[in-house]
Amino acid sequence: MKVKLNINNHDKLLEIHPGETLLETLRNNNFKGVKCGCGTGDCGACLVILNEDAVNSCQVLTASIDGESVTTIEGIGSMDKPHLIQEELVKAGAVQCGYCTPGIVISAYTLLKKNQNPTDDEIKAALDGNLCRCTGYVKILDGIKNAVKRMSAK
Amino acid sequence: MKTVGKSVKKIDSLSLSTGRMKFYDDYSFPDEAYIKMLFSPHAHAKILSIDTSQAEKIDGVIDILHFKNVPRILHTTAGQGFPEPSPYDAVMFDNIMRFVGDRVAAVLAETPAIAIEAISRIKVEYEILEAVFDYEKSMDKGTTVLHSEKDKKYPIPIPYYPEKNIAAEVNIDIGNLEQGIVESDYRFEETFYTHYGAHAMLEPHGVVTYLDENNRLVIITATQVPFHVRRICAMVLQIPIKKIRVIKPRIGGGFGGKQEVFLEYVAGLFTLRTGRPAKIVYTRAEVFQSSRTRHPMRVTIRSGLNKNGQIHALGIEALMNTGAYGSHALTVLSNGGSKVLPLTNKVPHQRFAGTTVYTNLPVGGAYRGYGATQSYFAVGQVMDMMARKIDLDVLDFYKQNTIKVGESSPIFEKLGEGKEGVKMIVDSCGLEECIDLGAKEIGWNSKRNKRIINGTRARGVGMVCLMQGSGIPRIDMGAAYMKMNEDGSFNLDIGATDIGTGSDTILGQIAAETLGVDIEDIIVLSSDTDQTPFDVGAYASSTTFISGEAVRKCALKIKEEIFKVASEMANIPIEKLELKNKQVIWTGGKLDFKDICIYALYTNNQLQIQATASNIADVSPPPFSAHFAEVEVDTATGEFSIVKYVAAVDCGTAINPKLAEGQVEGAVVNGLCWALTEEYKFNENGKMVNADFGRYKIFTAADLPDLKTILVPTYEPSGPYGAKSVSEIAINGPGPAIANAIYDAVGIRIHSLPLTAEKIYEKLKQK
Repeated sequence: MKVKLNINNHDKLLEIHPGETLLETLRNNNFKGVKCGCGTGDCGACLVILNEDAVNSCQVLTASIDGESVTTIEGIGSMDKPHLIQEELVKAGAVQCGYCTPGIVISAYTLLKKNQNPTDDEIKAALDGNLCRCTGYVKILDGIKNAVKRMSAK
Repeated sequence: MKTVGKSVKKIDSLSLSTGRMKFYDDYSFPDEAYIKMLFSPHAHAKILSIDTSQAEKIDGVIDILHFKNVPRILHTTAGQGFPEPSPYDAVMFDNIMRFVGDRVAAVLAETPAIAIEAISRIKVEYEILEAVFDYEKSMDKGTTVLHSEKDKKYPIPIPYYPEKNIAAEVNIDIGNLEQGIVESDYRFEETFYTHYGAHAMLEPHGVVTYLDENNRLVIITATQVPFHVRRICAMVLQIPIKKIRVIKPRIGGGFGGKQEVFLEYVAGLFTLRTGRPAKIVYTRAEVFQSSRTRHPMRVTIRSGLNKNGQIHALGIEALMNTGAYGSHALTVLSNGGSKVLPLTNKVPHQRFAGTTVYTNLPVGGAYRGYGATQSYFAVGQVMDMMARKIDLDVLDFYKQNTIKVGESSPIFEKLGEGKEGVKMIVDSCGLEECIDLGAKEIGWNSKRNKRIINGTRARGVGMVCLMQGSGIPRIDMGAAYMKMNEDGSFNLDIGATDIGTGSDTILGQIAAETLGVDIEDIIVLSSDTDQTPFDVGAYASSTTFISGEAVRKCALKIKEEIFKVASEMANIPIEKLELKNKQVIWTGGKLDFKDICIYALYTNNQLQIQATASNIADVSPPPFSAHFAEVEVDTATGEFSIVKYVAAVDCGTAINPKLAEGQVEGAVVNGLCWALTEEYKFNENGKMVNADFGRYKIFTAADLPDLKTILVPTYEPSGPYGAKSVSEIAINGPGPAIANAIYDAVGIRIHSLPLTAEKIYEKLKQK
């Protein structure tokens, strides 16, 4: 079957299987920054923004979101033009294996879209769906707090 | 120093955070086919018959492997030095199933969905055998035997009695433990239990294989040990090493779990048989059940203490459960002594007596901390008990009994990895400073033994001291190759395996420091068996210390080569030359690096400025650490929370302080989860019943306590720029530090992990 999706501000007409998850659709179409850590919606490695909300793309059937908009990590920033969240995570030393990092960036980006000045607890709550086994989260929180500071200074 | 000691940005971190960097599953090839495994539903069974005819009829099924059509090559899946100190007790596919999750068969199909469908159509007839789940009963007479085949053995002489389910034994004595205990003023005997643990790296295990244009087998795999993968695959597939190329892409975490070689040869065999690129990606449930785990251990401490605060006798008796196969069965066990007993080096009577047994449960393997973690849970609590017995502050007790600079331990020499260890003097030790700074940070003096009560809640503080090693002396080897480019940059090719730790960055920093250039001038390539020199891989806390010194040596040779060319160009003797700011300088003149390289490559007596160096170490200098925990326990319910956690670590010179802190923070939180919330739960048939992140709980940011890391700099003369290891040690702290803090708060001792509200509540009720 065919679905229309707007991915990172580009309209796409995609051929999918009816039972395909959004995670599979995105990775099949070369959005490989979206990672699979569990396939059960528990780890946040596959987070993308569906319309305005961060969702685990492994838990969304692509057929159910015909006509909607998706933002993946590839749509947030690039090597040449990183988003300041990405820059601050890098500076803070928050990226170890980096497998969870795209999902962390999506969580932080979605939070800061809705709340320009989150408290530390609000940042922690926004990251409650992201598992990271490498960092112990300390430097991830540092990086996001620094991103908040930079955004509010703008 | 210009680069070493600076928190330069991890060189791959921007690419990772933008989703650009490629992991194995991000590689795909035309004509790629997909593998799914059929796993045993029984803990112990013999396959009487296997019928794949219905599966083969499905359109899109390409090939099926099982015990009847693969060679039976005994090997160990443990990716260790060769010959490995682990028993050769595994084959690719067997007719005996030894745990729920053991491999029955594998299917290669055009799509993952077809492979899953085919798996469901394979008919297997099993004879169910008696299973042993209680590792304390594995050695009992009449217990079912897991490995009765006569050809199973270690490749090196190690006590191995599979007919009694014994996978390894270690016994060493210093002095006479029994006599020492009798002579002591106070005697202690306590038994502790540590449990299974999952590495839970975010990237699941997997591999993609293909044949290159010359029909060589290329293996792109999530591994910590690319060169061991190549060697073990050559052995199991019975093809020459020269026919295999192993490429390590970015790796999504390992923690020891990817020091195992058990998928690469399955994908490789499919590719060799069919010519098709083959990919396998384990599901999370498969990672939990069928990859590797932390070995559970029963640890009994018997010790003797004198009134003057001297420990007079200390014995560790360990019984370790390796599950169905003996991966790391000897060395995880022995590290429960070798990384623990030397901390209290002056005890005249010491013993380490360990036995590893088989059970019909998931397979143990390497896991950050590697046996020391299990042992410290026990020893760390007994240290607390001993100090309390003589009313001595445990901080002073540790200071009195722990190893100091200039001292040694007989354990270093007696207890190695599959053979004797090496004599070693400790040349750097910041443990006392770790104790003092950690105590200050947690507020030790105002909180210890105070039992501050607020309603039903009581607060307490506890601590533990730790050590680990830095590589395996005279066994681990790392090598580096460097060459110079026309713009004054350098390629650094290393076998060392960055699995997310940042070792590419740290090794790049060491090269940059040695040559006086920026980290941006070093192009790092790690772990491609065709392109980089050998390295044992990312384990045993070896990379910074062993591979880092190889890089330093290599960069020093490059420096000499640069001087030779500059000397010829300027007609100035080498002794008068110096390196500074990407130039060779001398009194009255200078040459830019790029001009030196252009001269070397194009102008006269042309040559490539290049060098290679290998490194082994005669010593394994221990990093030291003191961990402190403050807890609040609800005496009505047993519920408790971690108020604050402090880890002070002496890792020598931190080559990159932020990355070193990151190693400590990651290890502490990993240790916290394992001590508090993680638990393998099995049903009566030995099947894990919580194989997902919903029910196997690891922390998120929202669960994080106030966590403080303190790096205590020392200078280790045998390490590159004074560095020792940092990656493993901190995982050993949370279990004992929190258990000691709970005792300080409510006066009860928990002898088994995980530390749960239920256990505290039960003990409080008994009080």
